[in-house]
Amino acid sequence: MRVAVQSAAFDLGAEVAAFTDSVIGAGAVVTFTGIVRPDGGLTAMEIEHYPGMTEKAISDIAAQAVARWALADALVIHRYGSLKPGEAIMMVATAAPHRADAFQAAEFLMDYLKSRAPFWKKEIRAQGEAWVAARDEDEAALRRW
Amino acid sequence: MIEVLYFAWVRERIGVPRERVETTAATVADLVAELRGREDRYAAAFADTSALRVALDQGLADFDAPLAGVREVAFFPPMTGG
Repeated sequence: MRVAVQSAAFDLGAEVAAFTDSVIGAGAVVTFTGIVRPDGGLTAMEIEHYPGMTEKAISDIAAQAVARWALADALVIHRYGSLKPGEAIMMVATAAPHRADAFQAAEFLMDYLKSRAPFWKKEIRAQGEAWVAARDEDEAALRRW
Repeated sequence: MIEVLYFAWVRERIGVPRERVETTAATVADLVAELRGREDRYAAAFADTSALRVALDQGLADFDAPLAGVREVAFFPPMTGG
């Protein structure tokens, strides 16, 4: 299991290839990539986080996923800092013997990262800046787990 | 002495990312009441605690949680990761 919280961009292809190569006993690898959506007039997305707690929170969530779906391995990379529309913000990868577990674990990871990992997004536009508000649906999404 | 951290709009409203606070507050709610009484910028940041989350020593907690033995308290809005 690897968790990386970084400002630098990551190479999606290289990360997925390395993850897939290193994994033992898996029949399925699922990956998800989150991208800064080019919503009307967005010039940048600023991502703030809580150093120390971020790594701890993500590691806890990933460990839960590994235990619950008996994953062969899991990878989470999440960026912070100023990102441009179209840039990758984060990725998760899960490896399991069968695909259903890998898909479910990836969804679980995404749902939990969204509202339990200490990141805050601010949208920057020519007209001004605004913090992204948490959505009720994101909180509701946790209840299915 | 307790280290208090602020993130996102809480940080912007209060104007500092962290500070050391001398307090005898027994719970998070007591600390919030003390901070609110300090200055308008604190009162503005803590006007509605239902819009805030708190972490004690980097773990999520409730506002009625005790502060005994806690070194670091962080206040922030609901998280928007992913």
